[in-house]
Amino acid sequence: MTSKEIAKIIGAYLLLVLIGWLSIYATGHSVDEARSIFDLGSRAGKQFLWICISLCVSAIILFVIKAYLWEVLSGPAYLMILILLALTIVFGSEVNGSKSWFSIGPIRFQPCELSKISTSLLLAHVLRNKAFGSGSLKNLALVLSVIAIPAILILAEKETGSTLVYMGYIFVLYREGLSGMWIMLLLLMVVLFILSIRFPLWVAFSVLSILLLSYYVFIRIHGAKSFKLRRKLRLLCLSVMLLGSITILSTDYVFHNILKAHQKQRVEVLLGLKEDPMGAGYNVNQSLIAIGSGGLKGKGYLEGTQTTYGFVPEQSTDFIFCTIGEEFGFIGCFILISLFVFLIGNILKLAESSREPFNRIYGYCIASCLFMHMLINIGMTIKLMPVIGIPLPFISYGGTSLLSFSIMLFIFLALIKQEKRYF
Amino acid sequence: MDFSSRYGHIVIGLIACSLILLGKLFYIQIVDDRYKTDALNNSIVREIIYPPRGVIYDRDSSILVGNRNSFDILVTPREIRNLDSLSLCKVLKIEPEFLREKLDYYRNYRSRIGYKTLTFLSGIDEQTYVDFSETEYLFPGFHASMRTSRDYPFNAGGNLLGYVSEVNADYIKKHPEYKSGDYAGMTGLEAVKEKELRGVKGYHIYLRDSRNRVLTSYNNGEDDLMAIPGENIVTTIDADLQQYGQSLMRNKRGSIVALEPSTGEILALVTSPGIDVEDLENMGSRYQALASNPDKPLFNRPVSASYPPGSVFKLVNGLIGLQEGVCRASDMESCQQGYYYANGKKLGCHKHPSPIDYQQAIMMSCNSYFCAVFKDILENPKYANTAEAFDAWREYVLSFGLGAPLGSGIPNESAGSIPSSELYNKFYGKGHWRFSSVVSLSIGQGEIGATPLQIANLCAILANRGYYYNPHLIKGEKTEKHYCKIDSLHFIPTVDAMWKAVNCTVAEGATASLAAIDGLDVCGKTGTAENPHGADHSVFICFAPKEDPKIAVAVYIENAGFGARWACPMASLIVEQYLNKEIGTKRKWLENYVREADLMNVEK
Repeated sequence: MTSKEIAKIIGAYLLLVLIGWLSIYATGHSVDEARSIFDLGSRAGKQFLWICISLCVSAIILFVIKAYLWEVLSGPAYLMILILLALTIVFGSEVNGSKSWFSIGPIRFQPCELSKISTSLLLAHVLRNKAFGSGSLKNLALVLSVIAIPAILILAEKETGSTLVYMGYIFVLYREGLSGMWIMLLLLMVVLFILSIRFPLWVAFSVLSILLLSYYVFIRIHGAKSFKLRRKLRLLCLSVMLLGSITILSTDYVFHNILKAHQKQRVEVLLGLKEDPMGAGYNVNQSLIAIGSGGLKGKGYLEGTQTTYGFVPEQSTDFIFCTIGEEFGFIGCFILISLFVFLIGNILKLAESSREPFNRIYGYCIASCLFMHMLINIGMTIKLMPVIGIPLPFISYGGTSLLSFSIMLFIFLALIKQEKRYF
Repeated sequence: MDFSSRYGHIVIGLIACSLILLGKLFYIQIVDDRYKTDALNNSIVREIIYPPRGVIYDRDSSILVGNRNSFDILVTPREIRNLDSLSLCKVLKIEPEFLREKLDYYRNYRSRIGYKTLTFLSGIDEQTYVDFSETEYLFPGFHASMRTSRDYPFNAGGNLLGYVSEVNADYIKKHPEYKSGDYAGMTGLEAVKEKELRGVKGYHIYLRDSRNRVLTSYNNGEDDLMAIPGENIVTTIDADLQQYGQSLMRNKRGSIVALEPSTGEILALVTSPGIDVEDLENMGSRYQALASNPDKPLFNRPVSASYPPGSVFKLVNGLIGLQEGVCRASDMESCQQGYYYANGKKLGCHKHPSPIDYQQAIMMSCNSYFCAVFKDILENPKYANTAEAFDAWREYVLSFGLGAPLGSGIPNESAGSIPSSELYNKFYGKGHWRFSSVVSLSIGQGEIGATPLQIANLCAILANRGYYYNPHLIKGEKTEKHYCKIDSLHFIPTVDAMWKAVNCTVAEGATASLAAIDGLDVCGKTGTAENPHGADHSVFICFAPKEDPKIAVAVYIENAGFGARWACPMASLIVEQYLNKEIGTKRKWLENYVREADLMNVEK
């Protein structure tokens, strides 16, 4: 049964990679007229080379390397990547404002892409050994630091996008026993942050108060599942109120003093505080026009005008989704998103069915990573998220990104494939 | 699947988030028409609308600098498709070689150019523009555009107005708010008032079909941004007077400055040789020739050149003498063709009756008299030593607006120079210099420099009997009233003497009778500024009428000899033209005499 699931996942992976390759060709299409899709001088050609490399590496991971080694190696790998991240902060070369590229001779790569793999491996290793639901603060601290250390290093590289991806690990923690309250709290804080930027402060305060009050009344009437919650309900509500108030009051400071000017502008554009179609809002506006003009069926492959005329910047990397939206329309977008949901869903299903906690946790980790990437990247192109430069997995142009996502996925498949099943 | 388990929750969350993405996609792709372009495969094109630059008016609302339409061909190299180069050359009337060079350039620098739009041809004529616009769809990537360029109805004030040109890379680096293809004022008023004149760019978004033809406005023009025209500027310049001054100055090196004394408004500011307005229009091609011209036409003499003021400075020394009480208007001095200021050393003077009083000394421009006055100023027992008296004298001189820029707002305004006692302390040693060391300052020579604008301002002070407003070019600009440190009482004999210098007969000793105009009561003072580089400069200042003066003029003509000979008639013609709007028949010969003179090639 598992081999059938693995085949499904590999199928979805191959389809996504193919879509990506064709889209990259489409973005460069009319710029370098009549170039072959295999021309190594073009981006599509280079991507083809990377696809071949990724497939070879994936095959080696799946068939050659013994899967148990991954858990053994998780600690050293994690440390090595941490060192690389730190070195990048010092020696890295700057591309588009973030200092996240590391070069050894002719090879250039982003250690933060690899860091997602090593963090997932170590997190799986730590979580399976330290039971999480027991409520031990020491364990919680250990687990959190596994996630937080690379996240902070990446933030120091000014790679805000990848740092946000690390937030996705909260889903893994939730699956492993973290209270759902925390996800709710995180969501609440995001909502409050947005409300306080967009509206006068009293709006955010009233929303917070009404939510808490109705929650309190609801629990009072219907009763809580856990005894602990019933006892500490009032304390809980009060502390959430306090935390919420701090969020609301510090919003102004964070927004104006901590966020960089361009990040601020992007948030403002997203929230409609600022219409600046030629400046900060240019990318998003062009991206919306490109996707919106695709309509139901799209303009047809290689027929897109917005994307081929180069109106959308970062076309083949972060804004690749525009090409798909314009040339294949809503149907294309639907298929692409469904493919992602299918892929992630199947990873979750396989993870769930595994008897090995390590495999299960690792599966959740990569599902979270893929999900965050998809959500942020697509969300940004259609103005649901601020503009954050992270790639769309398997689709965006970029060697490190494709290779590391492939490695990540195939480690999981290898773990599942080589798992010993006694019944 | 068990949806109440945590696994179930996560799957539900995954699907919910995907549905949110799909919902938004559904909205922008299917429900909302805003992003629609129709099925004909259109694209959205943004065209910059350049605002018309502000107009520069003269004081009587005549246009000094206006706008005129000019036509450019722009190109977006990456959009060039199936170019029919021969018919393009034909319609644009260009050589195939020119096109080939341009295309080679675009190919070589394609990565740097990217999707940018560049200027392919600029300043084509209207007929070519119309011809090209009709066939524009045949040449994807090429695009005709109209912009306004500067137009100069008067050949007046080229140096003053300055030129406008396309910004280059250096300019953009210094002014990041500009983009390649923008125009900006580079010199003169155009540069000083760039912010006001510039206006705000707008853009027009329209749809283009696959054959590159413009179809319709995008979103009914709702997303367009209208350009905001630049502000107009009213200057204090009198265009006719400025033009007249330039015509008089032809073939002479020097400057004319005319002020309205009661306000400080600059009526004319002529530099010669200067920049013609024709040069302004085509600065790109003429700049090299202008910059390398030995007569320095780019140098704005009236504000940037500092000369010794010569005899006109005697007025300042005389006024200081009266104010300090070291001389009176009735004091007589004898002059035997010179003044002996140290044993055996004589500062020469021309032949004139002797002895003479204060007014006669001004009228005849006697050197000896003012040497005596300056000696008394420096040896005034009120002060402990010469240096102290000298500094007191300097304070007076500075209050005439000399020795510091006048704040006219004209670029590159020179401060001129008035020496201080420290300079001489350094040169001679403290206490080792006295009146005889600085005697040439008595007659406005030596270590002293003033710009024609400062001298015109000095003339305005005399006209106002003791105060001036900062000379300025922009109508209505707020300026301060400055009093010089002389009682207005002392101006009465001084101004009377200036009147006599013009209106008495030569036999009575008048030095500037050429400047006399019937019914205008011109008051003037000649000057002959010695200069170490060649023949003397001819200097003249005058104002008129004597009561309630309307105009104060300073004329400097380099290497033209006596002030009375050239500068004096020229200044009087300026006054007459401004006050009477024409030159009387009796003085027509004078106008011709001045206009025809060629003083640029006199021997040095």
